[in-house]
Amino acid sequence: MDLNIIWFILITVLFTGFFILEGFDYGVGMMMLGRPKNERAQFVRAIGPVWDGNEVWMITAGGATFAAFPHVYATMFSTFYLALFLMLLALIMRGVAFELRGKLQYSDWINFWDFGIIFGSFVPALLWGVAVVNLLRGLPIDYQMHYVGNFLNLLNPCAIMGGIFFVLLFAFHGANFLALKIADRGLVQELQKKSVCLGLLTLFAYVLFAGVAAAETDILAKLGTVVFLGLSIAAIIAGCAGAYAGKACKAFISSTLAIACLTIAFFNALFPRIMVSSISPDFSLNIYNAASTPHTLFLMTIAAVIFVPIVLVYQAWTYKTFKDRVTPADVHYH
Amino acid sequence: MDALILSRLQFAITTIYHFLFVPVTLGLSIFVALLETWYINSGSYEERVKLKKLVKFFGTIFLINFAMGVVTGIVQEFHFGMNWSEYARFMGDIFGAPLALEALTAFFIESTFIGLWIFGWDKLSEKMHCLCIWIVAFGSNLSAFWILVANSFMQHPVGYAIENGRAVMTDFIELVTNPYVFGEYSHTFFAGITTGGFLVIVVSAWKIATDDESREMFVRTLRRAVLYTMLGTLGVMGSGHMHAQYLAEANPMKLASFEALWETEDPAPFAVVADINQEERRNDSEILIPKMFTFMVHNSFSGEVKGINDLQKEAVEKYGSGYYIPNDVRGMFWSFRAMVGTGGLLLFIVFVTGCLAFFKRDEIRDYRCCLKLMPLLLPLPFIANSAGWYIAEAGRQPWIVVGLQKTAVAVSPNLSAGEVWITLIGFTAIYLFLAVLAVFAAVMFIRKTKITSEE
Ligand code: HDD
Ligand code: HEM
Ligand code: HEM
Repeated sequence: MDLNIIWFILITVLFTGFFILEGFDYGVGMMMLGRPKNERAQFVRAIGPVWDGNEVWMITAGGATFAAFPHVYATMFSTFYLALFLMLLALIMRGVAFELRGKLQYSDWINFWDFGIIFGSFVPALLWGVAVVNLLRGLPIDYQMHYVGNFLNLLNPCAIMGGIFFVLLFAFHGANFLALKIADRGLVQELQKKSVCLGLLTLFAYVLFAGVAAAETDILAKLGTVVFLGLSIAAIIAGCAGAYAGKACKAFISSTLAIACLTIAFFNALFPRIMVSSISPDFSLNIYNAASTPHTLFLMTIAAVIFVPIVLVYQAWTYKTFKDRVTPADVHYH
Repeated sequence: MDALILSRLQFAITTIYHFLFVPVTLGLSIFVALLETWYINSGSYEERVKLKKLVKFFGTIFLINFAMGVVTGIVQEFHFGMNWSEYARFMGDIFGAPLALEALTAFFIESTFIGLWIFGWDKLSEKMHCLCIWIVAFGSNLSAFWILVANSFMQHPVGYAIENGRAVMTDFIELVTNPYVFGEYSHTFFAGITTGGFLVIVVSAWKIATDDESREMFVRTLRRAVLYTMLGTLGVMGSGHMHAQYLAEANPMKLASFEALWETEDPAPFAVVADINQEERRNDSEILIPKMFTFMVHNSFSGEVKGINDLQKEAVEKYGSGYYIPNDVRGMFWSFRAMVGTGGLLLFIVFVTGCLAFFKRDEIRDYRCCLKLMPLLLPLPFIANSAGWYIAEAGRQPWIVVGLQKTAVAVSPNLSAGEVWITLIGFTAIYLFLAVLAVFAAVMFIRKTKITSEE
């Protein structure tokens, strides 16, 4: 196994961590839609201590891509220019909203920022789905690794299906997380009912999406990918069953596994490519033609091997510190 | 305007905006950590109640600022791929490493421990809680270090080779120990202390003048902040001076440009003011202090300082024909004077405030109308920070990486001017909008919060 493959795996790990952790943050944000003020405050409090640390998984995944596969970073970010702009606007609103929503007690003020959180959770979830599907489906990338399409090329039906699927999956995951973190029993039961609905909708979107994706991409070409896709379907079903039976822990672990299996399936389908060119397979960016030198890859491998476990330890410790369920009395902090 | 100019404008706007909050994070995190250390070591019950309120008070100001810093930072990271993709391709092997290390070693601890600090008051022991804010302060300053390692490479490349038209890293240690990092980092660190400290001075002064109940505690923070800011200001001046001397060898073109020295001279005079004529490459008129520039560079009154025109000739010999003079010598010249002037002014203001806080402690109320006006001075360190970055970055032009890649070829080739217009307007609009709301929230909070011994 060479360093390029190791880095492909590490990038997969970082994106898996990102989708699992930010997945429930986005989901919790979306679950705030239509809830009364005191419940929204509890939802925000449930992810308050951890959302920023979770978001750094995305920043690290981006930085690691830059370091290990600079051409991917360059092509991907310039290709998705306007989509990323929208995502940044959403993330800016969301990040500031967490901090400012509780600073003044006017209803309009809080409602405004809560809208910012909902918007700022929904948009990135959608756009990540769109982006991920486009990577696999192929984009007009020329021999110089430059994108020669336009914004509308990104908005094909397959990618939009992928986006909707991501939104539903994250909402499902978020509902499962909340069912674990909220103290109010009545509210938990309501969340679990929602979770069952969302899980079923996710399955439905999954089937539609998989149908389109199978026709338009080579996602089913590898046995490994098919296995992981199958596992993710099983995990979503298990998650629904868990939520239906009122077993919050089981539901949350299932949706976590579903996201992990999907991310692995996706990266496995790509391998060894990272961005597929629809113009010619020769123009695709892969782990060799897009990579840094072995020297840099080696250095970054050492850094990742040392620091990723350390990060996992203290982030796990944070979750342990805030393991208690959130009560309405807790929200005076924010 | 084409995508290049617009991308430059957008980068300048978003980084300067990011760097309004960054120095406050760097300096205020340490100050809040010091305050909390004071709190956990304090004695009487009443004192502890007040100190805890004080920690939370400055902590809240810190958090509002921190949130703005975080969200504007993400834009920075995305920028390199979105607008400067050819730069990312050319430099990725080197530039990506410090950026990834920044995320891995610094952002993770900052963001995780800030969460623990905000919500952990009742869940962690006092010592552990205090340790959290120290870790946040450490993480912030470590993140500054990594990004400045990256920036220093662009200003002064070391430890690299060119292979297949791309810059590749040959020596990581050399990258990190780039002498340019030392100057940039120390200067930025002290600029952070100055900015964070001055913010505490202004807030304390304003509370002393307007809030009788809380006055006593704010006199105490005022005293501490005066010492802290004094240290920062002296540090920023010392490190800035040192760094300027170092520029005489590392990037003489930048030095000559912000001093508007067109011809090589021995000894060279210092221009206090100058009417700069960039087209004809001379100053139409100027007020000079003889020999002074030579003295600043060489610590003696004799010695040569190279002028822009000779440096241009040297650059043509080295890199082939082209225009190697930063295209805004006038802006650099005045920015430098704004930064240095602000440094002097800050030192003076802090000194006067210190005299009040230490020697007129009991009569401080009598100076109420002066203290009330302190917020008007708050922009000073922010002006100095922005001016400093303007010099550093505009002085690097026309290069994006000095001697290796020009800014003009670094921009993403697939972008149209229309697309960049959309993002430029979008970012600027949301930044302005959020700045108004954040300042509003901070001011309302400062106004209503009382630091008294009541629970
Ligand atoms: C000298 C210091 C310094 C400089 C030059 C920069 N930053 Fe910064 N950055 C910080 C110092 C800092 C900080 C103090 O560490 C911040 C500010 C508030 C915060 O949370 O961390 C931060 C936040 C921050 C974040 C959010 C981190 C989080 O979510 O916790 C990102 C992604 C970046 N920055 C990226 C950049 C990039 C790509 C820059 C290059 C143009 C840049 N910063 C310039
Ligand atoms: C009073 C004496 C000062 C001197 C001689 C000085 C000198 C310098 C020089 C030469 C640079 C350019 C460095 C480069 O291009 O690499 C610089 C940049 C900068 N200055 Fe100053 N400065 C002074 C005061 C200040 C003050 C008071 C502040 C803010 C509070 C400040 C903040 C900055 C910042 C943020 C930068 C850009 C970052 C960097 O390059 O380090 N400076 N300064
Ligand atoms: C937060 C700190 C920083 C500030 C305030 C800052 C400020 C600026 C300013 C004012 C410009 C416009 C110069 C001009 O167009 O004449 C600029 C341009 C630029 N800077 Fe920086 N800079 C910072 C850090 C960095 C870092 C760390 C990097 C990369 C490692 C960087 C890379 C660039 C690039 C790519 C441009 C665009 C090209 C150009 O117009 O020069 N900057 N920056």
